Amino acid sequence: MIYELLPLLLTPVLLLGAWATGGVLERRNLKDLHLLEHGSRDILAITLEDPPAHWEIDRCELVMGSVVISQDYFKRFVASLKGVVGGNITVFEPLLERARREALIRMKGVAHARGYDTIINVRIETSTMARAGGNAKGTAGVEVLAFGTAIRVVGERSVLPSPATVAP
Amino acid sequence: MIISNTQTVPGKTITEFYGVVTGSTVRAKHLGRDIMAGLRNMVGGELPEYTELLTDARAEAIRRMSHQASDMGANAIVNVRFATSSVAQGAAELFAYGTAVRVE
Repeated sequence: MIYELLPLLLTPVLLLGAWATGGVLERRNLKDLHLLEHGSRDILAITLEDPPAHWEIDRCELVMGSVVISQDYFKRFVASLKGVVGGNITVFEPLLERARREALIRMKGVAHARGYDTIINVRIETSTMARAGGNAKGTAGVEVLAFGTAIRVVGERSVLPSPATVAP
Repeated sequence: MIISNTQTVPGKTITEFYGVVTGSTVRAKHLGRDIMAGLRNMVGGELPEYTELLTDARAEAIRRMSHQASDMGANAIVNVRFATSSVAQGAAELFAYGTAVRVE
């Protein structure tokens, strides 16, 4: 009798546990992200394919940063309920935002460590990992990959060209 | 080997094209790592096991692509793109492709 009830009892316990720890971990992660973003603000990341023509580029290299992130059990449960009525699944929005920010920070970190100051043609890709096991609901995680070409600019990274190169 | 995801290599000019080069790899983690990731999946947050898996796999795909390019006699790969697909549970295929060129 008790063994038959166990799965029924386990689900609320897991939901409650996931709700408590998931929330704490998320807030801590957001605080860390804020600090890290502040630390990596010297690296300029742009999505333009070609840097301004007047920049003198010394060397370049492909850099990337990636993260696999997953939603806690409680929020996955909420999202599945929300899926019934439709609308914005707001519990998933912060997850993807966190993952993208993390991936960008890691990419900038790699560029900084290798002595570059700018990353051009930044692209962000998202893909879903196959489930590691368990039920078929949800996913094992979302991978966000940020990549771009890191360049080292000799001299100043001014956006406007010097007056001599501008046509009258 | 210079690798970039732009059309040209910034600061250099392309003198010769060698065509498309590709590199791919399928990887999985051992069961222990999968179980760890499964537990972390309950509370959410980063799954470092899988981050590491994909990072290593992508590095391997790039290495294979670079080998192919250097066999052709190229010294750079431009316009590199990535594709990821999950072929089985806990396994991922990482695919990198680009154009092998000679730059000066």
